[in-house]
Amino acid sequence: MATRPVEIREGHDTPGHHEEPSFFVKYLWSTDHKVIAMQYLFTGMFMALVGGFFSYVFRMQLAWPGESVPLWGLVTPAAYNMLITNHGAIMIFWVAMPVLIAAFGNYLIPLMLGCDDMVFPKLNRLSYQIFLLSVVVLFSSFFVTGGGFGGAWTMYPPLSGEAAYNNTPAGQTIFIVAVALEFVAFLLGGINFVTTAMNSRAPGMKLYDIPMVVWMIVIASIMFMASVGPLVAGAVMLIFDQTLNTAFFDPTRGGDPILWQHLFWFFGHPEVYVVLLPAVGIVAEVITVFARKKLFAYKTVLYTAIATGVLSFTVWAHHQFIAGIDPRMANIFTVTTLLISIPIAEMMFVYIATLYGGSITFSTPMLWALSFIATFLVGGVTGIFLGASGSDIYLHDTYFVLAHFHYTFYPIAIIGTFAGFTFWFPKMFGRHLNETLGKIHFWLTIIAFNGIFLPLFVTGVLGDNRRIPNHQVYPELDNPLMNGLREVATVFLVVMLLAQFVFFYNVVVSLVRGKKAEKNPWKSNTLEWTADSPPPHGNWKELPTVYRGPYEYGVPGRSEDYWPQNVPN
Amino acid sequence: MIERFLPVASTYAGDIDFVFDLIFWTVGFWFLLAQGVFFWLLVRFRKRDGVRAQYVTGELKSEKRFITIPHALVLVCDVFIVFFAIRVWYDVKQHLPEAQQTVRVVAQQWAWSFVQPGPDGRLDTADDIKTVDELHVQVGTTYHFQLVSRDVVHSFSVPVFRLKQDVIPGRVITGWFEPTRTGTFDIQCAEICGIGHGYMPGRIVIETAEQHAAWMASHSNREIAAASGPAAGGR
Ligand code: HEM
Ligand SMILES: [Cu+2]
Ligand SMILES: [Cu+2]
Repeated sequence: MATRPVEIREGHDTPGHHEEPSFFVKYLWSTDHKVIAMQYLFTGMFMALVGGFFSYVFRMQLAWPGESVPLWGLVTPAAYNMLITNHGAIMIFWVAMPVLIAAFGNYLIPLMLGCDDMVFPKLNRLSYQIFLLSVVVLFSSFFVTGGGFGGAWTMYPPLSGEAAYNNTPAGQTIFIVAVALEFVAFLLGGINFVTTAMNSRAPGMKLYDIPMVVWMIVIASIMFMASVGPLVAGAVMLIFDQTLNTAFFDPTRGGDPILWQHLFWFFGHPEVYVVLLPAVGIVAEVITVFARKKLFAYKTVLYTAIATGVLSFTVWAHHQFIAGIDPRMANIFTVTTLLISIPIAEMMFVYIATLYGGSITFSTPMLWALSFIATFLVGGVTGIFLGASGSDIYLHDTYFVLAHFHYTFYPIAIIGTFAGFTFWFPKMFGRHLNETLGKIHFWLTIIAFNGIFLPLFVTGVLGDNRRIPNHQVYPELDNPLMNGLREVATVFLVVMLLAQFVFFYNVVVSLVRGKKAEKNPWKSNTLEWTADSPPPHGNWKELPTVYRGPYEYGVPGRSEDYWPQNVPN
Repeated sequence: MIERFLPVASTYAGDIDFVFDLIFWTVGFWFLLAQGVFFWLLVRFRKRDGVRAQYVTGELKSEKRFITIPHALVLVCDVFIVFFAIRVWYDVKQHLPEAQQTVRVVAQQWAWSFVQPGPDGRLDTADDIKTVDELHVQVGTTYHFQLVSRDVVHSFSVPVFRLKQDVIPGRVITGWFEPTRTGTFDIQCAEICGIGHGYMPGRIVIETAEQHAAWMASHSNREIAAASGPAAGGR
């Protein structure tokens, strides 16, 4: 039935092509996309532990102000600011981005497109090395005189531009340099992802045959590249303000602090979707496999994602409603912001519709993917309160905002990652995770996560402001109800963090004696499952050819309920 | 809803609470519906022996309806919400009613100071009344506030008014409020402004006409130096 000319391409693992490399070359100096993916993945997970530890320290301070925190000590105001600033920056730039885009992007793009590696493998290696350097630079900022930067991850000048205001003369500049290096790493990665997706598809793979997660990562990379330019320019200006005494953002000498806010949020809002889209893509792969269903309206999902990407460039000033911009401008941004709720709602509807008529298995990856939908919905609907300028006047910069964006970021960065990690673990490491441990870890994490942030919606509505080390300073915020809710949130956080030991134990034990995984344990359609588990260097001996889209599950008239992309008929 | 926990003390606080409630019930409905359908599908279509998944592409018009109809309804709700949100926004931020009194609010690392006209009713004259961390206002009076910062960005937040406005160095931002009840309430800083950000609590004292007159009398001609703080005055 193969009417298309089938070109037999040679995988680059042809015998004689490679000698056995040394450990160093194989794992630390490799250009193999899978190894680079692992480097990003494990660095990102390590950074999540750092960011999680920071949140433990400042949440302890918030629940029991002024008391010594085990494993840390007293939390001074300077330390508090440094902790929240670096928690936010780490979670976004050093966890969500490297894991969702770089790790999954690197791992999945070549394997799902049926090619042997990225188009620019050396650029890829360089990207990780610069990323690693950015981690080292960031860590070094914690140890210089004055300590790490504490002006919030949004770095608003003049606070961030002047050591006399922020008391971190060295930390302020090192922080920005670290962020800028991280951007460089992702620009290199992004070029690679887009080029590879456009040029290295397996023969027969048309654009609508590309698995959704690959599309999402590609769209996210394009958005990142389109939005980061102004912020890099802004970062350079800010560093000049700090070190060369220029006055781009210094109002006493003709500069404008609001300019920074525009540059930051012009990047910052699209950035939210940059990390959202890959997670949404991962969820699509997982739910189609475990519901045995074709993705509902593939093209709608794809065009919705593109529309979201474009629209997300027009909403940035909803972060600045009350920041002193012309109040008339808020009206425009209220409209665009509420408009963007439509494609996002649509995406959620599509996923829910995909479950209809399915045959749903509640495996660990599926539980994570489903909980993504359930929790992200909370983040989505609470965003309406903030996009509506009228209510944002009151809610801006309260814990309501904080709970809202954690109900988006946590599903994205933590739940989405666990969904992807548990789903592709058999492929990545050739062994299965333990399902029982996986489910224990899931339930503990998901219950605790809600236990942390649901109370914080309430404290936010009652008036708790963000970035304050001790709410009890304010008489209106010092009452038994609010103090109690703060303690509940912190207790659940400790539970959530402890639950991660179950996860790491599961990973280690499974790597050593987990059940061996075959090529395609989930009976999935996409190409990565046709390679060995784990795939060798070069991925396939003979590269696959594609005959259909990625979601042909339950096709009537076939004996099997799945139909892999590479099977001719 | 908010009013059950936090007093309503300005003319527009109730309107902001109304927008909050409106959104709460509108999106609450959609949220519960979506979650309901979602969990129902999980139960209804859980794997059962011998039952195969259906093949639904979602590309047919008859299937797409399930997306496009809710989608249109969400749009209608959005329009509704935008209307009320902008109405309140206009009232609080965009339009400026005639002032009966004017007060200057000065933010700095890490204190609030307030300048009010003395008996002559004008700012920037010798009899101005200056206070630190405490703002005395009269109930039922329309105030203009002029926000200025001596150093970094702060945010002037009076929760019982539901009012928040960033204070930007280099600019004077003018807004308004009209207190509707007496009492003493919090003024908070809502934008991170350095290591003392959590420690700049101010208080607003809303007084009756007589109380306020008495307070004015006792403070006239008394110079209270404006504030302390390491970076006072900037560079
Ligand atoms: C591990 C569970 C987490 C907890 C308990 C937590 C808790 C918090 C809290 C309480 C704050 C506010 C501190 C303050 O304003 O005083 C905060 C800030 C923040 N968090 Fe998280 N967080 C968690 C995970 C995450 C994740 C996964 C992300 C993103 C991927 C994230 C991103 C942020 C950001 C961007 C900020 C703002 C930092 C700033 O104000 O400059 N957090 N977090
Ligand atoms: Cu935004
Ligand atoms: Cu402040």
